Formats: sequence, structure tokens, C-alpha cells
Amino acid sequence: MIDNHIIAPILIHLFTAIIQLACWSKTITQRVLSIAGATSGFAFSFALFIKVYNGEILTMNAANWEAPFGIVFVADLFSSTLVLLTSIAALAVSIFSSVGVGKARMLYGYFPIFHFLIMGLNGAFLTGDIFNLYVWFEVIIIASFVLLTLGGRKEQLEGAVKYMALNILASTFFLTGIGILYGITGTLNMADLSLKVPLVEDQSIVNLTAMFFIIGFGIKSAVFPLYFWLPSSYHTPPSAVAATFGGLLTKVGLYAMFRVFTLIFIPNEFMRTVLIVLAILTILTGAFGALVKLDIRRLFSYLIVCHIGFIVGGLGLYTKIAFMGAIFYLIHDIMVKTNLFLISGLIRQMRGTLDTPKLGGLYSEYPKISLLMALVLFSLVGIPPLSGFWPKIYLFEASFNANSYFFIASLILASFITLYVIAKLWAEVFWKEASRTEPLSDSFKELDIFRKTLLVLPVGILAAGTLFIGLNAEFIIQVVDRISNELLDTSPYIKAVLGK
Amino acid sequence: MELLLVLLIGVLYSAGVYLILRRSMVRLLLGIMLLGNATNLLIFLFGNITKGKPPIIKADLKVFEEIYADPVPQALILTAIVISFGLTSFAIVLLKRVYALINSDDLDDLNTPEEEDL
Repeated sequence: MIDNHIIAPILIHLFTAIIQLACWSKTITQRVLSIAGATSGFAFSFALFIKVYNGEILTMNAANWEAPFGIVFVADLFSSTLVLLTSIAALAVSIFSSVGVGKARMLYGYFPIFHFLIMGLNGAFLTGDIFNLYVWFEVIIIASFVLLTLGGRKEQLEGAVKYMALNILASTFFLTGIGILYGITGTLNMADLSLKVPLVEDQSIVNLTAMFFIIGFGIKSAVFPLYFWLPSSYHTPPSAVAATFGGLLTKVGLYAMFRVFTLIFIPNEFMRTVLIVLAILTILTGAFGALVKLDIRRLFSYLIVCHIGFIVGGLGLYTKIAFMGAIFYLIHDIMVKTNLFLISGLIRQMRGTLDTPKLGGLYSEYPKISLLMALVLFSLVGIPPLSGFWPKIYLFEASFNANSYFFIASLILASFITLYVIAKLWAEVFWKEASRTEPLSDSFKELDIFRKTLLVLPVGILAAGTLFIGLNAEFIIQVVDRISNELLDTSPYIKAVLGK
Repeated sequence: MELLLVLLIGVLYSAGVYLILRRSMVRLLLGIMLLGNATNLLIFLFGNITKGKPPIIKADLKVFEEIYADPVPQALILTAIVISFGLTSFAIVLLKRVYALINSDDLDDLNTPEEEDL
């Protein structure tokens, strides 16, 4: 069904950014506009989700060019769920940024770039055209370059070089894949590609193209062996930026992987094995990396890498249960990872450092906020009934059914290591007595109550989201069940786009 | 023409890969640019090069009756060129700033020792 409202989440962030550009150095106006824009973005995404959940797949033809000739935007349940999650994360980060980001960064255009980034994410989730997906990816990376380097400290720029080089390389791989795909099929519309790719006589070139997409999306979502740009850049920007990156940027690579490998290339036995092996190695390297890191944000960066492996492995298993597990994990991961980096920002405000040996005594000083943080850390570990627990059951069941024992072993090992590092973190940061020798600067205490609320509220919003996912798992399972059906049987998607 | 392009694309890809494997930041940048150009030529090549057949339909016809030059790859390349222009100019500024900060062109000097590693 054609519905032109589906691009509202894109347009709202575009207009917010443009209006903010017009009030360049008025930081208070920009803060208010940002929160207003993110709130209305959330409202429209929620409306879109409800509409798609209760109805059918919605499409929009850009400039009224009929698919497959023009660019088409498609909102199926998978896209609209991710748009909704993005808007929740964006709202939380936007509230947090109003206090958590320094004034100097705001004067250099932090807020407009942030909204351009969210616009790019929404665009990437909603587009139904593979070249348009490439363009949205470029919008995302150019915005993320600016956010990453804004401030220009030495570590930031050093991390940014690695981030920039690897991400441009990934885009080149992705573009090469698109070029070959257009050459062999003559179309760019994803639904049309889904019909035409199986008709290509020489399937070996199709497999080759699929490898280009694996490498391109693999770099973007930090899959082994090209993940190292992530832990070496995500700890450098302000926590609000790191939260956007950690929660959303790698997930858009995973979304693209799911979309392309269920719609265009149906993975054969070899490709599934490749994905599972990559997933296992990603899980192990991420987990072992997290084991040795003492800086909180470096530790969280490695945990991102580790948990991306869970989702890639779910794609590699390629069964309905595996998809349900992977997508449930994706939903949980966006909420929790965004929150983890916001928490690290809060800890930095309270202590002035993120180095675990120097930290301590947070629980005795801020018991209520510490309990809120504990909720998030528990759901990251997957303590039932919190949100990290349910997807793991599905992943275990799926890999058990597929006799993929190495994957189960790595899942269990990674879960234990996550538990261990989080327990260690809790003991070091919250329970250990604060060190007397090095007085730490607590800028959080000096803030007035309004600013304190603005910093804690987003953590609360996301924690409530996590709690909702965990306690209301039945509803989420219904959603991921429908998403998995859509991914495995793509005919409704194709029918919605092409009308046949 | 196709053979020439194939050779050119091969040379550009191999030179690009060689350059991004170097430790110098300038070579990294050049390598990325060469890879981008190679990709653009690849799209051009895959779009079936047709000489002197513009995609203009005759007034009395509804569909094309003969082979025509496909305009889509050219539109794609144009978009890709514009995007890579933006990315490259950003990369140049970034690398210049990094060079000014660490006073070295060597990518290995980009690892400020982490406190925890000591």
C-alpha cells in the first residue's frame, strides 16, 4: 500500500538539522530544537510502527516513479521496528547531549550533524533501493566522521584516521558489489533484484558479488577480521556520540546484511559456513578483548564487537528460530549498548575518569543511580527475566538444532566472559571504596537539579525500554516472529513493492 | 575499448591495494582514491559500453527497438564521484590535522600508548 507518510522520520530530522543550521551559534535554541525534533521523530516512528504492525507493508515511490524504475521506500515490520528503536535511542541521546556535550562542540555544529546522522540511519532502514542504501550509508559515515573528530583532541584524530580509512574502504567494496550486481541484472530495486538474481545463468559471479557485500557490510558492522577500527575509535568522542555510534552505527551494517542476504542473495551452504565461522571468531575476539581492557569505554567497545557476533551467527544459521533470536538480540542490543555509553558518560561526570582502577565508591555515593545502572548491566549479561536472556534461548535452540556446536560453545563462553567482566566492573566501579590518594573531580554534584535530571532521564528512558522488552517478551516475540516470517518468505515484500 | 578498461581497472585496483597497505598516510589517501576510481570505471564497464546510441526514444515509438547506451551507470558514477569528492576532501583535511599534531606521516605513530598497556 502506498503511504507517503513513511518518510516522515527522515524528513523530521532533516528539517530539524536545517533549522538548527539557521541558528548556528544559539546553543540553547539548538538544544530545545534537538529535543523537540527527536520527540516528534519518536512520535512519527511510533505511528509508523503501529500502522505497519496492524496493517501491511507500506511503500512510497519517490517522485511517483513506479518501482522498479524509481527509488522506492519500504516500511515492513523489520524496517519500522528499527526506525522506532533508532528514534528512541536518538531521543535519549539528544536529551543527554543537552548537558553532556560541551558548549564548544555545540558551537561547531554538534546538533545539526547529529540529526543528519539520525536522518541517514532512518533512510538506510527505510529504502528499498540498493544504490540509495549506499547513498544513505555515505550520509551516515560523513556525519559520523564529523562527530568523531569534533573537538580535535589527539586521540580522537588518531582513532578517526582508522575509522575513516576502513569505512571508506567498506563503501568502496559495497559500491563494487552494486556495480557488478547492476551489470548482471540491470536493476537496483531490491525487490526486483530478488526476482532477477536467481535467473542469472552464471551463479558463480553472484556468489562473488555476495562476498563483496559480506566484506563491505562486515567492515561496517565490525565483524572479524576487520573490526579493529571500532575499539580504537569508539572510546575517543564524547559519550553522547559514542552512544549513538555504539548503539546504532554498527547495527545499520547488520540490518543491511540481513536485508541483502535474505532478499537478494539466499546464502548457500558455503556462505552460511563463512558467516558462522566469522561470527564465532567475532564473538571470541570481542570477548577476550573485553577481558583485558580496564578503560570502561574500551571494554564496552569490545563487548559491542562480541555481541555483533551473536547476530551474525543468527543470520548464518538461517532458520526461523535463529532469525528470531538474532533480531530479538538486535532489538535488545540497540537499547542496551546506547545506554551503556550514556552510563559511561555519567560515570565520567561523577568521577572525571573512566579508568577502572582509579574509580570506586559510586554505590555508596549514588545508590539510586547505581541501581538503575545495575539494571542495564544485568540485562546486558542476560539475567532472566531481563531483555538479554530471551534471545539467547532462541540462539541456543537454533544452533543446537543445526548441530552447530562450536557456535553454542562460543555463545556460552562469551556469555560467561560478559558476566565476568560486568561483575568485575561492578566490583571495581561501584562497590570498591573510592581511592583516598587521588581526589577525583565530581562535576555531577555541582550541577543543578534540572541538569542532573537531563543526564539521568535518558538512562532511565532506555532502562525502561530494556525492562519493557524483558518483561513484555511475549509481545516482542510476536514481533520478531513476524519479522522472521517476512525475512524467510519475501513474497509479501516483493508484492508490496512491485505489485505482483 | 573493453579490454583497455579491464586492464586499467586491474592496474588501478592493484595500485590502490598496494598503496593502502603502506604505512604512509599520504599513500593511504592515494590508495583510497585509486580504489574509488577503479570502482567507478568498473560500474561504467558493467553498464555495457555502447557508442553513439543515446537513450532517446523516437517520437512515434513506445519502446526501444535497438541497443542504446544505458544512462543509469553514468548517473550512479556521477553520484559516486560527488560522494567520494566530499569524503576525500574531508580525509585530506583530517590527515593534514593529524600530521600537524603528531608531526609524522607514519600510521604506526598513531598509537598513543594506552595507560593500561604500561
